[in-house]
Amino acid sequence: MVLLTRKAEFSSAHFYWNDAWSPEENQRVFGKCANRNGHGHNYTLEVTVAGEVDPVSGFVVDLKDLKAILEREVISVYDHRHLNLEVPEFATRVPTTENIAISIWQRLDGKIPHAKLHRVRVYEMPDLFADYYGEPS
Amino acid sequence: MTPPPNSQPRAYLSRRYRLSASHRLHSDAFTADQNRAAYGKCNNPHGHGHNYIVEITVAGPVDPITGMVCDLGQLDAFAQTNLLDRFDLMNLNTLDAFRTLVPTTENFTIEVHRIFQRFPGAKLDRVRIEETGNNSFEYPAQTDSNQPGSTKG
Repeated sequence: MVLLTRKAEFSSAHFYWNDAWSPEENQRVFGKCANRNGHGHNYTLEVTVAGEVDPVSGFVVDLKDLKAILEREVISVYDHRHLNLEVPEFATRVPTTENIAISIWQRLDGKIPHAKLHRVRVYEMPDLFADYYGEPS
Repeated sequence: MTPPPNSQPRAYLSRRYRLSASHRLHSDAFTADQNRAAYGKCNNPHGHGHNYIVEITVAGPVDPITGMVCDLGQLDAFAQTNLLDRFDLMNLNTLDAFRTLVPTTENFTIEVHRIFQRFPGAKLDRVRIEETGNNSFEYPAQTDSNQPGSTKG
């Protein structure tokens, strides 16, 4: 079994807000991130897949295919978008780094041929990142 | 796409803090020659320093309302008081934690782990410290069977 990681980048806007709370409560919990005009980040996504090395090709997965899947399932949906306003899962889910990692996992799970999704890591900034490994089956 | 109510996925959140400190690697249990042999230029009596990067990883269920594993403000405040205020711009050898313990980055990592186990906002998963761009140390050790996502554990 070998782990293989592919990186991709996207730049998006977001803000943190819970409609069930008062503006004061949102401000208290989310601080500057509660500014409803939004702010943005250059996110770095690292997708790690696990699989056996094909004895003929020497690949765990075909990297072109993996790149195309990331582009189709994630980057084309998230890049240069406002996550709260334009990406469906964040209509009901605060777009924290944790939830972005979980959402990307859900978008990719089962879509990568010949390999198992192992980890989704999302860097909001170089010094802050979230990891999601799916749920134990 | 939305998980069913009450399902709380577990995620890991990592935050990196930067601090600069000096240290000298020297053990009283060794002779001068043994110290030089064991620690090389790190045994320089006057010490030397590093820009350390301390990476703290906490783990836990993602709160269904806030979308967070832990409150980052609370983690930053804890790190300010318990990590940066205590270690940044200090000589590690002069601190209580290293009175009898050589301030290798292994021991520094274990000490920071001990400190962040008391963080009340989330469960500490691991501590990783980069001493230089080429050296990093991690505690506890993540082996094949206990690493996150393993099906062997």
